[in-house]
Amino acid sequence: MPSLSTRLLEIRTGVLSKNDQLAARLRERFRAAGVLALNLVSSPGSGKTALLERTLTDLVRAGHRPAALVGDLATDNDARRLERSGAPVRQIETRDMCHLEAEMIGAHLDAAGWNLEDLEYLFIENVGNLVCPSGYDLGEAVRVVLLSVTEGEDKPVKYPVLFNSADVAIITKLDLAEACGIDLALMRRNIEEVRPGIAIFETSARTGAGMDAWLTWLTARRMRGDAM
Amino acid sequence: MHELSIALNLVEIVDEAARRAGAERVVVVHLRLGAMSGVVQEALEFCFPLATEGTLVEGARLEIERVPLVVACASCERDVQPAEGSFRCPLCGALSMLIRQGRELEVTGIEVPDPEPAMEEP
Repeated sequence: MPSLSTRLLEIRTGVLSKNDQLAARLRERFRAAGVLALNLVSSPGSGKTALLERTLTDLVRAGHRPAALVGDLATDNDARRLERSGAPVRQIETRDMCHLEAEMIGAHLDAAGWNLEDLEYLFIENVGNLVCPSGYDLGEAVRVVLLSVTEGEDKPVKYPVLFNSADVAIITKLDLAEACGIDLALMRRNIEEVRPGIAIFETSARTGAGMDAWLTWLTARRMRGDAM
Repeated sequence: MHELSIALNLVEIVDEAARRAGAERVVVVHLRLGAMSGVVQEALEFCFPLATEGTLVEGARLEIERVPLVVACASCERDVQPAEGSFRCPLCGALSMLIRQGRELEVTGIEVPDPEPAMEEP
């Protein structure tokens, strides 16, 4: 049998290039409107919604204009919970998708009918998952990874790809730190091991501990505006 | 498990490139996969044939070139390969965030049947 003769076509295309292009367009829209967009990633149950609820409430009270898109596999429970903050919130039900993609963000922003010029902050709560969201740019200026004290100190080194892709890390459920016997210094070292130089906050959405530092950072980051 | 959607994206890119080149089908797909791409090679290999069904890529072989993580160490001033799950320079122990390679998830090329195969000796 004659061997099949083939020719090689060079392509050099990123597999996620379509998502990257859509994300770049979103980033430009956010920048032009002066909106600081943040992508919140973590494992399920690490307190994304609780932190977001508190953050939205505090920002609204301080006279700021935040909004949130909330991704979940199913239900609009989180959106209904977050709406109590007074901020505009829209649920993204991903059905069976384990992550959000830029196309969904664009579609839901259009469907929500928000005028971006009227907003200062857009929080995008990703689907709870420490693996899949890492490669998907949503046009955010800041990627925030959350890690609760109940998850153990070594989670960052077990999931280096996602932690490395983040710009900010927030250790959550600080009120449970003692009960869990967590070594916070070790947890911080492990985050830095896979993402050197990252800003780390320690918060409790329940007691409000650490919220001031986080909110101060947020407002300063928006004022700074670079790379937004 | 997002490898199925990765595989679908991959097949779409390859199928389009093959059509543009006027190829009838694709024989081999060359992919560079970084250690920090967030993609599990075995899962991608499992999903790939499913994603190719009904496209020009159906039956194609997926050739994966693995790309290790390489960071530029600021204190050693050279490119080094840290241990898995770490960004620490194996030579001096300093942490570095300057990634040289390891995030790759890209199609580098495809092989399609040659329209004018070399004549076989009778």
